[in-house]
Amino acid sequence: MAVSTETAAPGTAGTGGRAPRARRRTGGWRTALTFWYFVGPFFIGLLVFTYIPVVWSAYLSFFDARNTVTPLPEDFVGFGNYARMLQDAAFTDSLVTFTVFAAFIVPLTFACSLALALLLNRVRLMRAFFRSVFFLPFACSYVVASLVWKMSIFNGVRYGMANSILDLFGIEDVPWLFDPNPPWYWLVIVTLRLWIQCGFYMILFIAALQQIPEHLYEAAYVDGAKPGWQTFWHITLPQLRATSVAVLMLILIAAYQAFDEFYNLIGNQAYARPPLMYLYTTALGTQQDLGRGSAGALILALIIAIVTVLQGRFLGFGNAEEK
Amino acid sequence: MASRPLRAKPVGYRPGIGSKGANVAVFIILAVLALLFLIPFYLILRNAFATDQEITAPGWMWFSPDPAWDNLSRLFDDPSVPMARSLLNSAIVAVLTTAGTLFLCTTAGYGLARVPWRHANKVFYLVLATLMIPGAITFVPSFVMVSSLGWLSDYRGLIIPGLFSGFAAFLCRQYFLGFPRELEEAARVDGLSHWGAFWRIVIPNSGSFLAAIAVITFVGAWNSFLWPLVIGRSPDSWTVQVALSTFLTAQTVSLSQLFAAALVAILPLVFVFLFLQRFLVQGVAQTGLKG
Repeated sequence: MAVSTETAAPGTAGTGGRAPRARRRTGGWRTALTFWYFVGPFFIGLLVFTYIPVVWSAYLSFFDARNTVTPLPEDFVGFGNYARMLQDAAFTDSLVTFTVFAAFIVPLTFACSLALALLLNRVRLMRAFFRSVFFLPFACSYVVASLVWKMSIFNGVRYGMANSILDLFGIEDVPWLFDPNPPWYWLVIVTLRLWIQCGFYMILFIAALQQIPEHLYEAAYVDGAKPGWQTFWHITLPQLRATSVAVLMLILIAAYQAFDEFYNLIGNQAYARPPLMYLYTTALGTQQDLGRGSAGALILALIIAIVTVLQGRFLGFGNAEEK
Repeated sequence: MASRPLRAKPVGYRPGIGSKGANVAVFIILAVLALLFLIPFYLILRNAFATDQEITAPGWMWFSPDPAWDNLSRLFDDPSVPMARSLLNSAIVAVLTTAGTLFLCTTAGYGLARVPWRHANKVFYLVLATLMIPGAITFVPSFVMVSSLGWLSDYRGLIIPGLFSGFAAFLCRQYFLGFPRELEEAARVDGLSHWGAFWRIVIPNSGSFLAAIAVITFVGAWNSFLWPLVIGRSPDSWTVQVALSTFLTAQTVSLSQLFAAALVAILPLVFVFLFLQRFLVQGVAQTGLKG
C-alpha cells in the first residue's frame, strides 16, 4: 500500500482504501501526471515532427518559397502555387501514373496474398518452409529488389534473365524499362512490388483464416455446400471482411508512397513518374521550390483523404468496426 | 520450425473431402511458386560471386564454375566505395530507431490504453489522426523542419524524426487493451505504481509482441530509402540503401561489386527474419490488424 499512501492527497488520507478507486474515476491531476509521464515524450515528438511540419508546410504553400523555409511577407502568392501545380502537366500526369499503378497493384496484391494464404492453409507438407519463402522477400529493400530486377531479370540486353528465356522461343530482346511503347516497364514495376509485399499480407490473411470458427464449415457441409468455390464464396470471404478492408487500405496507402522502385528502376522519366517522385524533384531537386512542393503535398494528401473515405464507405469500413 | 499456436487448422477443407489429387496439385503449385519467389535471391548469390564477364556473357550460366570468393573482400577494400561506412550508418540508424521506437511507443501505447485520465481519448484521437497522413506526404515539411534544426547529413536527422510512429503507438495501445487486466491489478494491489506494473509485469509478459514490433521497425529502418536519401547529403552519412542506389543509378561500380554489395545489405535482415519470423507472425496475429 506504499503507493496509495504516497499518492493520496493530504486531506483525503482518512478515506482509506477507496481513495484510489475514486481517483480513477474523476481523473485528477495525479492521474493526468501519470498519463503524461507515459505519453508525454512520444506526444511531444509527434507534435514537433508531424503536426508542426504539416502546419508549417501549409504556411509555405502560400508563399513563393524557393531555397528558404522562412519566406518574407512580400513573397505571399495566395493560391498561386496550387493553381500552378494543378495546371502543371507533369504533376497531373504523375497522378495519372499513380492511378494506373494502383489499378494494377491493388487488386493483384490482394488476390495473390489471399491465394497464397489459402494454399498455405491447405497444404500439409512443408507448410513452415513455404511460409518462410513467401515472407522472406519482405526483408528485401526496394533498392535491392530494383537492382536485381533492373540488372539481372529485366535487363534490356541479351544476358538478362527474361530475355534469355525469350531467346529460347526465338523472340527478340525486349528493352524492358526504357521504351515507353509498349509499356513493358509496368510488368517490371508491378512484379517487383508484388514480390516484396505479398508475403506480408499473406501473413495477415493466415492470421484471419485461423480465426474462422470451424463449426461454420461443418454447418455448411451438413447443409450440402460443396467444398471449394461455394464454401469460399459464402463462408471464407465474408468472414475475412474486416481483414480484407484493412489489407486493401494498407496496399493503397503503400502505393501512394511508391517512390523507391521508380527512382531506382527508371529515374525521373516523364512516362513513369509517380507523384512523390515529382514532389521530390520539385522541392528537393535543383529548384528547391518548397512552396510548390508543399502545395503539391497538400493536394496529394487531400486526394488520399478523399479516396480513403470513399473506399471506406464503399467497402463498409464502418460496419466492420461496429461489430 | 513449426510454431504451435500458428499451425493452421485446415480451414475451408475437412479431412476426407479434398481428394488426394487436389492435395498433390496444391503442393505442386506451392513448390513452383516458392521456386519463383527464390529466383531473385539466387540471382544475387550467383552474381555476387561471379566476374563481370561471366555475368554479361550471352549464354545462361547457373553458377560461376570458378566462384570469385574475393568479390566481398574487394568490395570492402575499395576506397572509392564507402561500403563499410554505409553499413555502419545503417546499423546505427536501425538499432537506435528500433530501441527508441520501442521505448516511446510502448510507453505511449500503455498510457493511452491503461491510465484512466479523463482526456486520454482526445489525445488518442490526435495520435490516430496522424495515421491518416501518409508518412511520404510529410517528407517535404519534415525536411523543412530537419534542415532548419541543422540536422542534415547527421544521425539526429536520420533517426529522431522516425521515432514517433503513430502506427506503432496505435498497435501498442490495441495490444495493451487486450493485456489481461488481472495481472496488473494484482501488481497494483501489491503496491506497484502504473510505471512499476508496466516495467515489472506488462513488458516481461509481452515478449513476442515486442519482438514483432521490433522486427517490423528494424526492417523498416534498415530498408528505408527516401528519408535517408533526402537527409544524407554527404557520402559519410549514406545508409547502405542510399549507397547501393547511388552505385546503381550512377553505374560507378562493376556489376559483380553491385551484387556483392546487395548481398551484404540483405544478409542481416535475412538472418533476423529466419530466426525471428515465428515471433513476427505471432505478433501480427496479436495486433488489432486481424480485424
